[in-house]
Amino acid sequence: MKIETVVKEMNGARSSLDQTSIDKIRGDFPILGLQVSGKPLVYLDNAASSQMPQQVIDRIVRYQKEEHSNIHRAVHYLSELATSEFEAARVKVQHFLNAKESREIIFTRGTTEAINLVMHGYGRAFIGKGDEIILSGLEHHANIVPWQMLAEEKGAVIRVIPMNDAGELLVDKYEALFTAKTKFLALTHVSNALGTVNPVKAMVAFAHKHGVPVLLDGAQAAPHQVLDVQDLNCDFYAFSGHKMCGPTGIGVLYGKAHLLEKMQPYQGGGDMILSVTFEKTIYNVIPSKFEAGTPPIMAAIALGAAIDYLGRIGLDNIAAYEHELLDYATMRVAALPGVRIIGTAAKKAAVLSFEIKGVHPHDVGTILNSEGIAIRTGHHCAQPVMQRFCVPATARASFAFYNTKQEIDKLVDGIRKVQEMFS
Amino acid sequence: MTDMRQLYQEVILDHNRKPRNFGAIRDANRHAEGHNPLCGDHIKLSMNVSDDKIETIAFEGHGCAICKASASMMTGAVKGKSMQDAEVLVEEFRGMATGTLDPDNVANHLGKLKVFAGVKDLPSRVKCAILPWHTLHAALNSEASISTEGQNDPVPDPVGDHA
Repeated sequence: MKIETVVKEMNGARSSLDQTSIDKIRGDFPILGLQVSGKPLVYLDNAASSQMPQQVIDRIVRYQKEEHSNIHRAVHYLSELATSEFEAARVKVQHFLNAKESREIIFTRGTTEAINLVMHGYGRAFIGKGDEIILSGLEHHANIVPWQMLAEEKGAVIRVIPMNDAGELLVDKYEALFTAKTKFLALTHVSNALGTVNPVKAMVAFAHKHGVPVLLDGAQAAPHQVLDVQDLNCDFYAFSGHKMCGPTGIGVLYGKAHLLEKMQPYQGGGDMILSVTFEKTIYNVIPSKFEAGTPPIMAAIALGAAIDYLGRIGLDNIAAYEHELLDYATMRVAALPGVRIIGTAAKKAAVLSFEIKGVHPHDVGTILNSEGIAIRTGHHCAQPVMQRFCVPATARASFAFYNTKQEIDKLVDGIRKVQEMFS
Repeated sequence: MTDMRQLYQEVILDHNRKPRNFGAIRDANRHAEGHNPLCGDHIKLSMNVSDDKIETIAFEGHGCAICKASASMMTGAVKGKSMQDAEVLVEEFRGMATGTLDPDNVANHLGKLKVFAGVKDLPSRVKCAILPWHTLHAALNSEASISTEGQNDPVPDPVGDHA
């Protein structure tokens, strides 16, 4: 099936994926045919992890059946093939992010490891006692805890950008946080708990005026919009494969070459060295310096296939269609009495966090599950966000380009059922 | 899959809406806090134990309907009981919720608490039902004012209880 043939031309801001395109796309995802609790699966937990199309599954099978070997080592056929496919995946990621060079792409286990790599490699080398690290109130724990560990180790200080009741960061408060001691900004591109899209380009520019490097957590942005790290001008960008139709166990750290070059290695081992004696080891050049040991070769190649797949549909088409889904879901859920949407930023990704008056999110999740509907309930690994909105947890529906308005209708019916049961 | 009406029976919904023994006891001589970091359920238990008997017991905090109803019904079930009898109930409730005790075929003291039998089919919800009981166990086995929260939790981590 050729998706590109069914994708209509962009028509202004309107969605370019019509029903026929969506039907074809859904056919690519075997898991969407599942029955759960005796009902067709309605998968609305894409911010936690997305599903995998047959094209990526096939790529994994082909790699394992015909191409697998260790990489960067032997001279035999399979090793050379696996190496060239692995490095081809790196180039695909480079183009996906519009990075200047492929050596600026480091494969990691995921966003979390990418952030930890920067904390160890950059933070421990260049952030010291009394220095300040700026984070935002929207961060996922993965972009909080590593910096707290660093702050504790070094005696550095964490500063937090506050947000308003809509879940938008307060830009004036952000700018006021900068002092001569500010040494780093770690910021999420898109909030996983609320869907807020932060004005990262302007925020990066402001940080740079103060000579402060910036890491963007792109876990929630990567699968949903066109990315351009040169345009954003961020110093580091991190994302995960499994949130963009790839497998778990693979993620990416983009870093500007001149920063990566002056950073300390994250882990020691094979592949990250040029020469080893018991007296001295010479580290390899980037990106190998940061890829100790045998990497997740299959997962990296599968990520490359996922990038190809998303590219065929078109990330701008995906973004437009997902916005249409978000608008529709927001309109329908907001119309339900007794339901509050949490996170109402003007610029949002397709994430809808909500609470039903008098019903705990976990009860919502259990009852929706009995209708075949998968949503996330809990604090979304963003407890400070929950504290800001004075809720212990929320229910969160998050949409992907393979979801439909009919599925949103089922969500709304499910919410009504919950309310009926708890009335 | 459990029928939702079997899990969310009227008695559970009623205890969720109107939890019994809700609040804090001022001069309590036993306290414990139970926290489920995975879902944010948080229970604070206070009670007065004298001569090995639970004289008063109350809970506060927030959690889902299963957790709140479990806490509410637990306080009703153990008030006036000896510490030993309460511990027996803790064990029986745990067994029922995790599926190792079939309350309809094995002698037990669960009585009305059997409405929670349905959670055993919902692995992700077992911990919600058990949290108040873990907290009770902690309160019974600790000195006054010991928190079970965090890494010093003297009871098995409720999250890992039914992975």
